[in-house]
Amino acid sequence: MTDSLSRREFLGASGAAVGVALTPAGATAAPKGRTAERMVDVTCNVNGRPVSAHVEARTTLLDHLRERMDLTGTKKGCNEGACGACTVLVDGKRMNACLILLAQCEGRAITTVEGIAQPDGSLHPVQQAFIDHDAFQCGFCTPGQVVSAAACIAEGHATSEASVREWMSGNLCRCSAYPQITAAVLAAARRA
Amino acid sequence: MIGRSITRLEGHAKVTGKARYAADNNLARVLHAVLVGAPIANGRVLSIDTEAAQRVRGVVRVLTHSDMPRFGAVSFPSAILKLPMQDDVIRHEGTPVAIVLAESLESAEEGAGAVVVRARSESPLVPRDSAGETPVRMGFGEDLNRGDVPGALQRAAHRVEQRFIQPARHHNPMEPSATVAEWFGDTLFLYDSVQAGFNLPPVMAAVFGIDAKNVRVIAPHTGGGFGCKGWVWPHEILAAAAARVAGRPVKLVLTRAQMYANVGYQPLVRQDIALGCDAEGKLAALRHDVVNTTSIVETWTEAATEISRGLYAVPALQLTQRVERVHANLPTAMRAPAEGPGSWALESAMDELALLLRMDPLDLRLANYAQTDPVHGKPWSSNKLREAYAEGARLFGWRERGQLPRHDGPWRIGFGMAACTMTTFRHPAAARVRLQDDGGAVVEAGTHDIGTGTTTILPQICADTLGIDVARVSIQHGDTTLPDAGPVYGSSATMGVGSAVMLAARDALAKVARLAREPVETLDFAAAMRRIGVAEIVGDGRFALPGNASFNADGAGTPDAMRTWGAVFLEVGVDPDLGLVRLRRAVGSYSAGRIVNPLTARSQITGGIIWEWGKATMEQSLQEPRHGRWLAKNLSNVAIPVNADIPAAITVHFVEEHDEHASPLGAKGIGELGATGVAAAVANAVFDAVGIRVRELPILPSKLIRDLSS
Repeated sequence: MTDSLSRREFLGASGAAVGVALTPAGATAAPKGRTAERMVDVTCNVNGRPVSAHVEARTTLLDHLRERMDLTGTKKGCNEGACGACTVLVDGKRMNACLILLAQCEGRAITTVEGIAQPDGSLHPVQQAFIDHDAFQCGFCTPGQVVSAAACIAEGHATSEASVREWMSGNLCRCSAYPQITAAVLAAARRA
Repeated sequence: MIGRSITRLEGHAKVTGKARYAADNNLARVLHAVLVGAPIANGRVLSIDTEAAQRVRGVVRVLTHSDMPRFGAVSFPSAILKLPMQDDVIRHEGTPVAIVLAESLESAEEGAGAVVVRARSESPLVPRDSAGETPVRMGFGEDLNRGDVPGALQRAAHRVEQRFIQPARHHNPMEPSATVAEWFGDTLFLYDSVQAGFNLPPVMAAVFGIDAKNVRVIAPHTGGGFGCKGWVWPHEILAAAAARVAGRPVKLVLTRAQMYANVGYQPLVRQDIALGCDAEGKLAALRHDVVNTTSIVETWTEAATEISRGLYAVPALQLTQRVERVHANLPTAMRAPAEGPGSWALESAMDELALLLRMDPLDLRLANYAQTDPVHGKPWSSNKLREAYAEGARLFGWRERGQLPRHDGPWRIGFGMAACTMTTFRHPAAARVRLQDDGGAVVEAGTHDIGTGTTTILPQICADTLGIDVARVSIQHGDTTLPDAGPVYGSSATMGVGSAVMLAARDALAKVARLAREPVETLDFAAAMRRIGVAEIVGDGRFALPGNASFNADGAGTPDAMRTWGAVFLEVGVDPDLGLVRLRRAVGSYSAGRIVNPLTARSQITGGIIWEWGKATMEQSLQEPRHGRWLAKNLSNVAIPVNADIPAAITVHFVEEHDEHASPLGAKGIGELGATGVAAAVANAVFDAVGIRVRELPILPSKLIRDLSS
């Protein structure tokens, strides 16, 4: 199902930990605590397995994967769609799992980094290319990079260095393995 | 095996998502914690209304300074000594004033949003271009006054006197700091995002009045640190305190916004430099006055003058370090501290001096090469800077750059270079190697994988020492029950724990040889162990410092002075209509001791160069002057390099070198070296392209447009 809560309401209800700013004169009013969060039932497919969940409507796909399904390969780097560490495939399209509610995933097929390898466990060509080209250091952005790279190749964007650099720029890497990531994506694309 | 490029042994775990970082630990009965930060930068908490927060479904407890237990006094390696949530004083925006604990992350976030903090606000101190005050010394970054600097500057044939500024910048590791804390009676388990797990037990012991032996830190993988996960920050203490109060495990993950005010950053640094030389370019005097911002009650000295002590042979030196207090959180070490800021100023000024002399900037640097340590006159433990200059220049085509095109469509092309150097910091380290009678070995070291390649090169060093295939070596790491392998910061891990592993492997071989009565030179350890019926032999290794010190900078107390060296050569494009600056190619060439794994070493240096490209052209954290807050606290409004900014043409070269004075392994550190010199080389290349000298970072289009249009 899809939920009727708007993105704005959702963020207002569960916003990040900002204290209520104040003037020297005194307090502003407290936001109203939402004491009975609306629940939804969602059925979707994660890494080839059917998943049914009864969750609060505000639950993001990212938090559900990480906190309730123990699929912790998908990382939270910014929680606002700016870093790409939480990149997953939703019906084959790369998306930031922090910007999607689980409730929006009704009937969808979701692939996380844990589902990228072949069913027999052998690595996806992108995964192997990342190892071969030393395309990561700390590895925290790597799940998002790997998923994004697989989609980048499938989209037909892995045609040149310039194209890969552009189409992989939604995934930040603070260790800055960018030249190696570009090389890995191009190498994997040649093998695909 | 040492010196061979092998792919990362932890690679499979990282590309499959199996590598567990701190926040990936989902414990049974865990409570999710969310911090509430102070809404003002300077003042006092008047009241905290938690009633609405406690009504939120799922919220279990809201802690404030009035019900948080009192902590014991802490000392280094606690990053700050005045811990939050112990009184009502607010000294920077975002300092924690409440913690909401809930059954789910969503409930904790909602609860945090419902906490009402009333505070009395006073005007905050913000950066104000003061002369600063003399800081308490940290053991390096001391003032120095040697020779007649004013006189030598006055007599100099050529002189450059300029101010160079770099703004505050945050580390922004991809992994926000996270701590999962669980108590078992008086024993504390921490799954933490750290660069130095062994820093935690003494601090936690002091805070909670427990035995440091009862604190266990588990941290195999850390999602980047760059310095902001080195010392113990308050959120780690607050997570443990909350878990103790609640009697349940607590998971506390800082939001990206909270990373700006709850861990350190590199401060705003203002540097005044004066250089004087004779007609041939030989430096006669160098004055270097540095002021950096620090917090109200704690002091971080950004020791940018360190570079002026070590890089060039200068007879007269006058160096000062001052700090300016602001209502912001405490700065800390950030890749690269000291020489990172220092090289921005000194290497920009050297370029300006070369222009006055009409001299190739590389020749000016060669003319001032320091044969010995300029301050103490000690010999270098090793120094192949001149080879690094020569090979870097050759790979880049520096001497032939006059024949290269200066235009490419709308782009004007410029070339710039700078020297790179970094103080050698060393830390003691211990490790164990277990030999198995099947010919395999296990390395045990309480080090961390923060991305620097440690968990690949340690098995490599072990395999090399034992004469076996690296596939036969496994590693146990990231746990304080293992030998104290020292921190993973200060570019010190390879020297420390790398040497400890080598010595442990040798110790194990010697033990087998003794037991088997065979010469170690021809020993087949597995065959010998089977013959004498011993299944396992344990070797111990320890990398110790002179006087058993816990820290050594620059070879102090030894006959040698220690630094790493290099040079970076850049080609940039500048679009004069739009003021855009683009990196077109880079060559970095380094003299940094023995390189254990060229593949991972190259990645580290490449990362350092790109790190400084960000500093040079985009990064800045501005403190808003009226409210004293960080103006932007996210990755949407704070620019850092993305893939599209970075060309593939980054070439890294290492001079063949073995520095047995710095470490038995022959290695030195490279983690920060790559992140020196680059900002100056960029500014120098921009000047070469369009004739505009930028002395305040970052080099934004607005700064070039302003000058280009006038």
